Parts: sequence; structure tokens; C-alpha cells
Amino acid sequence: MELILAIVIAVLTGTGIYLMLRARTFPVVMGLTLFTYAVNLFLFSMGRLHYNAPPVINMSETYTDPLPQALVLTAIVIGFAMTAFVVVLALRARADIGNDHVDGIDVPRPEELAEEPSEEVAKKDKSADTEEENS
Amino acid sequence: MSHLLLTPILLPALTAVLLVFLARTSLKVTRVISLASAFALLLVAIVFVLQSGANTIEVYALGNWAPPFGIVLVADRLSSLMLLVNAVLVVASIIFTFNWKAERNDNLQPLIHFLTMGVNGAFLTGDLFNLFVFFEIMLIASYALTIFGGGKERAKAGLHYVILNLVGSSFFIIGLGVVYGMLGTMNMADLAFKVSQIPAESAPIIAAASLVLLLVFGLKAAVLPLYFWLPRAYSNAIAPVAALFAIMTKVGIYSIVRVHGMIFNQQPIAGLLEPWLWPIALLTIIAGSIGVLGAKKIRIQIAYAIVISVGTMVAALAINTAEAMQALFYYLMHSTWITAALFLLTEVIAMQRGSMADSIVRGPQIRQHTILAVYFFVAAIALVGMPPLSGFFGKVLLLQATPAGAAQIWLWTIILVGSLATIVAFGRTGSTIFWRVTDLKDSKPKVSKSSWISISSLMLLTVSLVVFAEPVLGYLADLSEQIVNPTHYFNAVLSTEVKTR
Repeated sequence: MELILAIVIAVLTGTGIYLMLRARTFPVVMGLTLFTYAVNLFLFSMGRLHYNAPPVINMSETYTDPLPQALVLTAIVIGFAMTAFVVVLALRARADIGNDHVDGIDVPRPEELAEEPSEEVAKKDKSADTEEENS
Repeated sequence: MSHLLLTPILLPALTAVLLVFLARTSLKVTRVISLASAFALLLVAIVFVLQSGANTIEVYALGNWAPPFGIVLVADRLSSLMLLVNAVLVVASIIFTFNWKAERNDNLQPLIHFLTMGVNGAFLTGDLFNLFVFFEIMLIASYALTIFGGGKERAKAGLHYVILNLVGSSFFIIGLGVVYGMLGTMNMADLAFKVSQIPAESAPIIAAASLVLLLVFGLKAAVLPLYFWLPRAYSNAIAPVAALFAIMTKVGIYSIVRVHGMIFNQQPIAGLLEPWLWPIALLTIIAGSIGVLGAKKIRIQIAYAIVISVGTMVAALAINTAEAMQALFYYLMHSTWITAALFLLTEVIAMQRGSMADSIVRGPQIRQHTILAVYFFVAAIALVGMPPLSGFFGKVLLLQATPAGAAQIWLWTIILVGSLATIVAFGRTGSTIFWRVTDLKDSKPKVSKSSWISISSLMLLTVSLVVFAEPVLGYLADLSEQIVNPTHYFNAVLSTEVKTR
């Protein structure tokens, strides 16, 4: 169980950091989300892992620490609000700057070079929509 | 245990909610309510400073849970002083917004109060996880304030600022998680006790957690490898917001003092930070000096001056003696207020310059050039640390507190050369804007009364830091005594009695 959890956290962190280092806002937001998941799991596991144990004393022989659960709940809520904000901000930045590059530099993607500009816009709008759904 | 301890958090929170509902009423109403609340906050902060000056540490156990189990709010000298510094800033910024000509002003005031709530909470809390929560409240308000007003540049700066800080928050949770996993508590006083009890084999893990937290606070404080977001975010924010943000880097410094100075500075891992803080401090000052010299706009120049001041304060942290702490907090008060004043002053200068705004280029004479030049001159002198103003005293105190040896040679050289760079840079700015001018062309509107009040009060405060240096330094001496020897704080928190039925 510990091993599985450790691997899950490691994979989430790795993918998260990889995506955060990308140059477009959508992968960055996805990366942030994955990284937050990893961090929340990590915080949760800091109360040690127990099976079939209520977070209440005197209910059964073993019990889990309730505090990390409370902490992680707070962290999830905060992370959720922050993700929502960053999604809105990414959309706003795309509208203001005109492209979804994190530095606002419009470098066309290699696959877009051959395409028509109108299709490019449509495609970007589509990716913006998926962003909302994924949050 | 008095309920007054909750006001610095509740008052801005309630004001902000009220102002959200009043957003559709006239601007006059919202501004007056906002200002009244800020003044009440200032009063409360003054009460706290007086109370803690009498050597009492107020502890408030939320929900009547006895420490170390519940969340506590603690007002010792350090927290009270930081509350006061922030309250002054909030009042000055809100007065400045009275003349703000933006079309959609209705959300500015609630956001300012939400920011204040987060900052005050971070200063008051005695619980490490709660510090994270208040950081997030402060940050989400600051995200909205950074991009307030809209536009391309703000969106770009805001995006960087938000993403960086979200990553920072994730690291904060990692640090917290390790600390909780190893020590099983989140109460700061209890943590300090537990850290001093840890067995030698788990000391490296705690040390790692401590350094992860240093990374997070370093990002907020804007030290060298982590400061790149600051110049862009600060120089693009609207003036009252930039002035308010002067406290944000200090929240990072405060957290390092509180968390690393108090919790992690225990025997098994004492002196862990020193080898990290020295190079960070010196390189931050150097980077800031280069930025000040190279800046093409006044706002960016002030932002880099903030980076220099952060480096200076981190140097005081690295020395970590009572004298250095006294110097640190004197410099912190001075630096917060004067950078805020300069941001506001730059705004009124930029408004009179019209399309040239705050670019450091030759332009037509501005309308109220004499009085604005005098203000700029005084503020710049205070900022760069020339006698007779507060910046000079802050730096002298710090230089005096440096222990003899290699540290002294490095720090003296770098701080003094950094000051020289700042003098050259601001001298060039002032002479370009006020002296190398063509004839007066168009008449822009005069600077409004509220702007004058706001800027003058901040500048008057930095002057009074010098005039009333003796009582201020006396308070700060006791404050640094409490930081260096926190037993009093621990006893006050852990012996808190709760009401039982």
C-alpha cells in the first residue's frame, strides 16, 4: 500500500512538473492541478496509512489521525479555488494578449503552420473549453 | 483572553463582505465605509502595540480548544508591530483611492480588505497550517489586485505571479506535511518544543522540511533566485495596489523570522539557515542594484529598490542577533512605508507627465514641478539611506550589528556599493524628470488633496521614525529580545487556560 501510494505521488508530481514547464497555459494549468493532487495525497499520507480504522478514538482498536484529513480537506478546497482562478486568468490572458503562450509571445505551433488562421482560432477556443471542464 | 484579538481578521473580512453588497451604490459610500474600517483597524493595531509594549502576550484560543490542540492567535510584540505597519499602509492606500479615476472602482475596496484580512491573519496566527490558510487568503486577493484594471501587460504579469505562487503554495503543503508527519503538531510553540526533542536520526528530515519552507517564504519575500516575478507584477499594478503590496515581501520576511527563527532554531538543527542566507542576501542586493541602475521606468526602479531592501533584511536575518533583529525591524518599517509613498508619488508624477508616464526620459516640464520635485527628493533620500532620514539609521544599525570578520567585509562593501548604485540611479531619475525638461506645454490637472494627504502622511511617518527613534528603538529592542529568546512566547501559548464548564 505504501509503495503504491508513493509511486502514485511520484508519477503525479513528475507529470505535474513536466506539464508546468510547458509554454502554453493549458498544459501549465493541468500540471498545476496534477501537482496539487500529488501534494494533497502526500499531506494525507502524513497521518500514516491505516485500514478500516475510524478517525475517532474508542470506536475500534485502531484509529487514524483525523488532523491530516482535516488539513487535506482545507488544502483541497483552497486548491480548487486557486485552480478555478487560474483557469479564468488563463482565459482572460488569452483574450487580452491574443494567444495562450505564458510569456505572451506568439510562436505558432508546428502543426498550426500549415493550417488556416480561422481554424487555429477555433481550435484554441476548443482547448479553452476543455480547460473549464477539466478544472 | 480578549476578543479584541479577533478584530484585525474579522473587521476587514466583514467590511469586505459588506462592500461587496454595496458595490452598486455610489463610490462615495463604499470609500467612506472602507476608510472608516481602515481607521478602526489602525486604532486596534495601536492598542495592540501599547498592550504588547507592556510585556504581555495576548493569546486567543479559537473555539475554546486548549493549545496545542486548537488554533491560537497570538499578539506578541512582533505581531503587533507588523499589524501596525500594515494598518498604516492600508489607510494611506485607501485615502489615495479616493481620487482614483478608474471606471470600475467598485471591487477595489473589498479586495483591499480581503488582502488586509489575509495579511493580518498571517501576522497573528500561532499555528503553522493556519499560516498557510492566511497566506492563501492574502494571495488570492493579491492575484485579483495584480490584474486589477486589466490590460495586456497586467494579464501577463498576473499570470506569472499567480502560477509561481500556486507552485509555492504546493511546496508549502509539502513542508507542512513533513513537519506534521514527523512531529505530530501544527502549533508553533508546541512545534518548537518537539523540534528540540527530536532524535538525531530524524533531524535531517526536519532540516529538509525547514528548507522547503524557506523556499516558500523566500518566494514571497522575493530573494534572489525567486524575485523575477516582482518587478513586473509591482510595476504593472495600479498605484494604490503597488503601495499595499509593499507589505507582501515583508510577510515573507516575517514568516522566516517566526518559523525559522522560533521553531527550527533549536539545538539539533540550529544554525541550519546561516550558510544559505548569507549568499542569498548578498546576491539579492547585487541583483537589485543592477536592476535599479538598468530600469527604464520609475516604477520598475522602485520595484528593484524593494529587492535591495529584501536583501538587506535577509542579511540581518543571517546575522540573527538581537541587535540585527532590531535593525531589521527598524529597516522594515522604514522600507515598507517609503516604498509605498514612492509608488504613490510616482503615480501623481506620471499623471502630470501624461503620455510619458513614468518613463525616465526627457519630457516637458510638469505642472507642479517644484513641490513634486521636493517630495521626490526627500523620498529618494530616505529610500537610498542618506542621512538624516530613516533609511540611513536602518542601515547604520545593521552595519553596526554585523559581527567582525569576513561577514563584515562582505556585507559592508555590498550594502554600501548597493546604496551608491541606488543614489546614482535615483539621482539620474530625478534630474531627468525634473531638470532636463522642455517648456511647460499642457496643463494637466493638479494633484488632488487626498493624494497629497496619503503621500504626506507616509513620508511624515518615515521622518517621525527618526524624530522618535528612541521610543521606537526601545520597543524594537524588547521585540528582538522576544524573538531571540522566545521562552516567554512559548509559555504564554502553552499555559493558556480555556474556559471549562
